[in-house]
Amino acid sequence: MKKRLSIFFSMLLVLSMFLAACGGKDNADSGEKGGEKDAGKSDVPQELRVNINTEPPSLHPGLAKDSTSGTVLRQTFEGLTRIEADGKPHEAAAEKIEVSDDQTVYTFTLRDAQWSNGDPVTAKDFEYAWKWALDPNNQSEYAYQLYYIKGGQAANSGEGSLDDVGIKVVDDKTLEVTLENPTPFFLELTAFYTYLPINSKIAEANKDWANDAGENYTSNGPFVMKEWSHSDKIVLEKNEKYWDADTVKLTSIEMVMINDPNTELSMLDNGELDWAGSPTGTLPTDAMQALKDEGRLTTQSIAGIYNYKFNTTVEPFNNVNIRKAFAHAINRQEIIDNVAQGEQLPAMAIVPPSMFPESEKGYFPDNDVEKAKEYLQKGLEEMGLKDVSELPPISLSYNTSEGHQKIAQAIQDMWKTNLGVEVTLENSEWAVFIDKMHSLDYQVGRMGWLGDFNDAINFLEMYRDADGGNNDTGWESKEFQDLLAKSATEGDPEARQQILKDAEKVLMDDMPVMPIYFYTQNWVKVDNLKDVVVTGLGEVQYKWAHFE
Amino acid sequence: MVKYIGKRLLYMIISLWLIVTATFFFMRIAPGNPFTSEKKLPPEIEANLNAHFGLDQPWYAQYWDYLVRILNWDFGPSFKYKSQTVNDLINEGFPVSAMLGAEALLLAVSFGILLGIIAALKHNRWPDYTAMIIAVLGISVPSFIMATFLQYFLAIKMGLFPVARWETFMHTILPALALAATPMAFIARLTRSSMLEVLSNDYIKTAKAKGLSRGVITVKHAIRNALLPVVTYMGPLTAGILTGSFVIERIFGIPGLGAHFVTSINNRDYTVIMGVTVFYSILLLVSILLVDIAYGFIDPRIKLAGGKKGE
Repeated sequence: MKKRLSIFFSMLLVLSMFLAACGGKDNADSGEKGGEKDAGKSDVPQELRVNINTEPPSLHPGLAKDSTSGTVLRQTFEGLTRIEADGKPHEAAAEKIEVSDDQTVYTFTLRDAQWSNGDPVTAKDFEYAWKWALDPNNQSEYAYQLYYIKGGQAANSGEGSLDDVGIKVVDDKTLEVTLENPTPFFLELTAFYTYLPINSKIAEANKDWANDAGENYTSNGPFVMKEWSHSDKIVLEKNEKYWDADTVKLTSIEMVMINDPNTELSMLDNGELDWAGSPTGTLPTDAMQALKDEGRLTTQSIAGIYNYKFNTTVEPFNNVNIRKAFAHAINRQEIIDNVAQGEQLPAMAIVPPSMFPESEKGYFPDNDVEKAKEYLQKGLEEMGLKDVSELPPISLSYNTSEGHQKIAQAIQDMWKTNLGVEVTLENSEWAVFIDKMHSLDYQVGRMGWLGDFNDAINFLEMYRDADGGNNDTGWESKEFQDLLAKSATEGDPEARQQILKDAEKVLMDDMPVMPIYFYTQNWVKVDNLKDVVVTGLGEVQYKWAHFE
Repeated sequence: MVKYIGKRLLYMIISLWLIVTATFFFMRIAPGNPFTSEKKLPPEIEANLNAHFGLDQPWYAQYWDYLVRILNWDFGPSFKYKSQTVNDLINEGFPVSAMLGAEALLLAVSFGILLGIIAALKHNRWPDYTAMIIAVLGISVPSFIMATFLQYFLAIKMGLFPVARWETFMHTILPALALAATPMAFIARLTRSSMLEVLSNDYIKTAKAKGLSRGVITVKHAIRNALLPVVTYMGPLTAGILTGSFVIERIFGIPGLGAHFVTSINNRDYTVIMGVTVFYSILLLVSILLVDIAYGFIDPRIKLAGGKKGE
């Protein structure tokens, strides 16, 4: 026993020596690093370190369906078009784009470009990628992004053949795409990750090509993936074979996966990261005010909305005036300033200002309590009730999260003070909550929506059919449906915009959904990092980024 | 002994089967499925996915399929992480969690026992109070507070360690300390109380009467017996700590197994839920068995097989 104890004590001793020795070494290290920074002003290392929060579920363009995977793919791949700093799609892998007069046939001429392994990028690579995603055997959850292409939906549901899909390889450099209907935003879509090409030579030979970094993971974008250490980090390097390689200044990007906002900010403050916060990471809400005061915070609005949906199939929200009363009776600015604290924009409309600039003002004033009371009175009369206390019990649902809960409590309080309505709060776990919303098992419920591409249809389409997957309100309007149908065939962008605005007005007049705020993104970065492009959809691009 | 272990193994298999069955059914009762998301999938795509993952099969077929898979140690693909199978997740995550856990375990056991012994020997004097204050702090301060505290002072203010991530040995120290704090405190208290009890026993008095030195009594007679409750606690602790902590791994950005226990349930990632549950259960059952076997060596009064009752 004596011997064992002495072993144990010597282990302790070794451990403490380890600690001491390592402590010293680190000090020396950080000293050196500091020196490098000062000395290297003229020749700054172009190595970016960012946080992407979590492991990307898939880096296969056909399987990706989330923003983390999208962030990585946008750096490593190049679609026919790319959304640039001005927020508009520009020719990327395509050199020339021709559109037929009826706007249903797009002819893309590809530029001379290579995959990172030297294979040429051909029209076949696009055809392969798109048909792969549409193939019902390939479990692509975002295949519906390709339903705009003629025959896409039929092929994906197994009713049609992949051979009948409107994708035609004219020659190695020419791709002809036929659409189901005129789609004014099709060139926005071709920049989206489901539309990225896949090196068909590699993918046909090895179906698991996208599972790890290595020689099989070839891409055609500004960067190539050098290392993918699952749940830990991804390392990208500049792609020397990229057609526009001269523009790319960063030599490497290290994407770490830290899922804790406080740690992320601490790492930035400690010089272990160059960027903290959106769009790839998150800032702690508590730190927002301090960062704002220090002048370090950058805020940019993005195409996304935080709203409460009404279940229009149950009392009392089957009454439009009651819905309007509830929507008018909250003070959005106060919620933003005191609860959400992310410099969001109060929303009194559904389509974000980046698509409809008028949405900054909206359809009604914020916090209009007088009007709210009028609507409430009218609604009660229509329902044959004398007093608010006769309203059926109302519950407000949200998924379990501190942020949602605080907002729900604030709104509960506002409804009580301004309308005299008692509302109970009800939270549930995420998947349970989604299930309840989709099956209309709620009264008022929280939902958010982020645009996939820069077009108002993104925010309107979901309310077209009462049984459409994302409607969740049970609301439907013939007038609204007709306007959306009209917008699909309207060739003139101005006229189409107007039609969509009319549709939004119909929606707001009926108020099946109560807008609260438009999302913003907030971030902090190191001072000498420049030209990181964050688009209006909240997508980040490092193609032009560099350190000064 | 062989008969005893054989019997225990049989019980383990039965427990494992019960765990698998319960997990399978609870998992299926929970609303939602792996494809639940804010943007609802078109029905034809959902049908494709269900067919591919076999979710369109009747429950007994799926249940049987899971049992066969577990027997083959093949948990199948993850629903969420399409580039990895569940076996990949475990094979990559477990070594990281186990390494961190082993470090924390070493710290917890060595310092815990040390503090406990000091406290017991200096009963009701200042070393006792100091050790117990440390222990109470360790138990009552939650690990995420401890982690943030360590990050703030040792990493940001003093610059001794990196804030987070899993790269070098230096990166492992703060998470190991944060992870070790609670079990260390617990072990210290356990050791102290059982030491005190042992020290008041007759055979210690006999040893003293024989004229043995204090050191010999402590090491040879007291500690050996006092460690028994600690060993009991070591079983579940080892299984728990080696499979990783969700909170600590999240705060320090460690690519371990701990996160999967929580996120797989949020994602309704059926195969991952099943895989990590089975893996954890096996680890837990084996470590409990090892603890029971270890009793026999530490305490001769406990006989695993062939012993007579009331001995």
